[in-house]
Amino acid sequence: MPTVNMTVNGKPVSGEVEGRTLLVQFLRETIGLTGTHVGCDTSQCGACVVHIGDDSVKSCTVFAQACQDADVTTIEGMANADGSLCVLQAAFQEHHGLQCGFCTPGMIMSASDLLAKNADPTESEIRSWLEGNICRCTGYHNIVKAIQAAAATMRGQQIAAQ
Amino acid sequence: MPKDQGIGASSKRREDIRFLTGKGQYTDDINRPGQAYAYFLRSDVAHGRIIRLDTDVAAASAGVLSILTAKDLEAVGGVPCGWQVTDKNGEPMKEPKHPILAEGKVRHVGDPIAVVIAETLAAARDAAEAIECEIEELPAVIGMETAIQGGATVHDDIADNLCFDWEFVAENKTAVDEALASAHHVTALELVNNRLVANPMEPRAAIGEYDAARDEHTLFTTSQNPHVIRLLMGAFVLSIPEHKLRVVAPDVGGGFGTKIYHYAEEALVTWAAKHVGRPVKWTADRTEAFLSDAQGRDHVTKIELGMDADGNFLALRCSTLANMGAYLSTFAPCVPTWLHGTLLAGNYKTPLIFTNVKAVFTNTVPVDAYRGAGRPEATYQLERVIDKAAREMGIEPVELRRRNFIQPTQFPYATPVAVEYDTGNYDATMDKALQISDSAGFAARKEATEAAGKRRGLGIASYIEACGIAPSSLVGALGARAGLYEAATVRVNPTGSIAVMTGSHSHGQGHETTFAQVVAEMLGCDEGQVDIVHGDTSKIPFGMGTYGSRSLAVGGSAIVKSVEKIVAKAKKIAAHLLEAAEGDVTFENGQFTVAGTDRSVSWGDVALAAYVPHNYPIEEIEPGLEETSFYDPANFTYPAGAYVCEVEVDPETGVVSVENFTAADDFGNVVNPMIVEGQVHGGLAQGIGQAMLEAAVYDESGQLASASYMDYAMPRAGDLPMFKVDHSCVTPCTHNPLGVKGCGEAGAIGSPPALVNAVIDALAPIGVTHIDMPLTPSRVWRAIQNAKA
Repeated sequence: MPTVNMTVNGKPVSGEVEGRTLLVQFLRETIGLTGTHVGCDTSQCGACVVHIGDDSVKSCTVFAQACQDADVTTIEGMANADGSLCVLQAAFQEHHGLQCGFCTPGMIMSASDLLAKNADPTESEIRSWLEGNICRCTGYHNIVKAIQAAAATMRGQQIAAQ
Repeated sequence: MPKDQGIGASSKRREDIRFLTGKGQYTDDINRPGQAYAYFLRSDVAHGRIIRLDTDVAAASAGVLSILTAKDLEAVGGVPCGWQVTDKNGEPMKEPKHPILAEGKVRHVGDPIAVVIAETLAAARDAAEAIECEIEELPAVIGMETAIQGGATVHDDIADNLCFDWEFVAENKTAVDEALASAHHVTALELVNNRLVANPMEPRAAIGEYDAARDEHTLFTTSQNPHVIRLLMGAFVLSIPEHKLRVVAPDVGGGFGTKIYHYAEEALVTWAAKHVGRPVKWTADRTEAFLSDAQGRDHVTKIELGMDADGNFLALRCSTLANMGAYLSTFAPCVPTWLHGTLLAGNYKTPLIFTNVKAVFTNTVPVDAYRGAGRPEATYQLERVIDKAAREMGIEPVELRRRNFIQPTQFPYATPVAVEYDTGNYDATMDKALQISDSAGFAARKEATEAAGKRRGLGIASYIEACGIAPSSLVGALGARAGLYEAATVRVNPTGSIAVMTGSHSHGQGHETTFAQVVAEMLGCDEGQVDIVHGDTSKIPFGMGTYGSRSLAVGGSAIVKSVEKIVAKAKKIAAHLLEAAEGDVTFENGQFTVAGTDRSVSWGDVALAAYVPHNYPIEEIEPGLEETSFYDPANFTYPAGAYVCEVEVDPETGVVSVENFTAADDFGNVVNPMIVEGQVHGGLAQGIGQAMLEAAVYDESGQLASASYMDYAMPRAGDLPMFKVDHSCVTPCTHNPLGVKGCGEAGAIGSPPALVNAVIDALAPIGVTHIDMPLTPSRVWRAIQNAKA
């Protein structure tokens, strides 16, 4: 079996994969990062979203072999360096943007990509961005609130930094 | 100022930390040393006879450890049903065997035929494709109306496909017929409560493990009630005594009812782990979930409401066909009967009610409780027929409801359908819902919408539900084969920290936070001192689990009882330490004080004394500070409320958009408002999903046409508005210690009729009187065209 090398959450990793091994299987089974979830088999639910480089990607839709030398970030790589929750994670807790937690890693990874690309999204832009992430518990109400609140906090931090 | 701790505080959820950082541990995240993988070969036809099943070639495939079919499982029982309904003739329901692997016949697409155990999942899948399985296809029984006419049968010995034919309240039948015959006006409606798939985002999974040296089995599974699985699987399927069987339901990614039941896959991996001498893991993919998770709803109903000239309800008559699917799932028979017929009084004084329910076997996936379970079906038909009646009688829908509401002075109120509501105030929630939805401004909004070429409608629904399931003696009399109490152990550790072992199971509800709030409030301690342990039969005394909005009302009450016992014992210890009479000792804010003095001992001193009993009333009480309680509720609880939905309909396309949705609920006392509101949001999304988007569609051959997220329309963020929710109307439950009623299912119960009533309100001027759910653009557009024609 061929070996694939990539960077995951800032650390180099490698493992043997079959041609059919998906990135999500590599993350969960080969390197044991089980925070990335599988909720469907048609690339609809978004529980498996990770970042490859600067983009959020459904890791069930990418072959592991295609990620040679890629820079991958998963939910396990999102907290601050001291282990505390990042702004977006903290906003999800503060606004009760999760219940069972299964879709949550994908929601966080997807929303963080949104906020990197659009610092001040409208409610409608947030809902539209989340088209590819299904949550069965929250009715999205508090997810939208959490993303709005995180966006406001991040804008405040940026202004303060300037 | 809002509290920041204890009962009434919106404490942030402690469980969120692990879920937000990818450190949750769901069943599929668990890997046991040396584990093998199971893959199920499932029927691809709805109904057929297995002519040939040859696994020899497949068994020789690389990596295969074992292939099992029904003939390997002769000593294994079928999946049991937990509720027996009695037919109108006094006969028990028909209860055909539900084998864990198909025995000679397959009865729905997805029915498991064989299981391959292999070194890897890929090897198991590859081998399953090499199994030679020849099936002689038989005519599929799909539509319920045709199923009961005879002809093709799902089970060879059930000629009319009827599981039972149930009448309730049978003694009222004649009086109801007479009242309807002489009523001033009778409004009639035929409707479908569409079949749904629960779709928790975590697919079901199970890992079986066997320790031969100790003769102990362990099952990790995605369950809402691990003790129930231990009981059903241990006693009825595999004959493993409880002390040799541990069932663990770790983090579970949503349930909504469908993870209550005992499933064949759980039994199979447990059995196979011993058979192959390795842990065996199975995880459903989403297609398998669609083809094997118990589905919900699927009722076809005729309802008639008789009124006098003033709109007073005189009598209600219903008849329902309820789909059971191919086999009886664990609680299936009680859903269209005792969770449905008993709710047909709704919030109203209707004196005479009769319903007939025919439960029908079809070649489809089994149907069982899904969020609300019977109560959404009762509420939907009632609130739809009332809305139609209001239009026919020329009475405002709100006014017609108010005229018939049970009044606050009438509680406790015995309905004609065998339940006694303890408390409520239905006008209060109606007032609140109308106020916060700004119904007064509706006319102006409607004018603006119409000026833009669209139509706007306002829909109202009231609901009541029976939660806090359930008094054991009552449900026993109604056919339950289990008690429905809950258990809790509260353990005070020597240094004063507290562990609570609860039989309730949290799979999104936030029990680890809410239950800690209750205990902290009672003990006057910090919430952080309280740990909530759930989901493991080796750690919990016993448990009936989480469903029917029962966790706080029943599970929480068991915790309260244990804490009360702890406090009572601690007071004895404190009295001894303080050299005071027990009756003089008070307990407040974590301090035991001799009343009227400044002499006190702290919680920590008492806890330590209990475990280091040097100075201790040893002749009176034992050392230690740990208490267990089993709480069996005296009655159901009855959450109720009023929902208001405002929609826009585009008459050119049939597209419905939900512009405003308001829920005013009376949940009794509320422990964590933030979590309660979240539960309502989620329920609303599922109810709006049912009303607008979701449908499990079988074609004539029995193929599930909507078996993926490409075809089954799950509500997405863009389909839903921000919700307005309120729980300020409070009539505390009168019979549990917290005065709580339960909030998990309300949103899914009250929202479908509110939404459909809103769309009909928008389209009534052009003559549309009813559209069956889901109100997809094509259905709405067709209804508009038919009305125009």
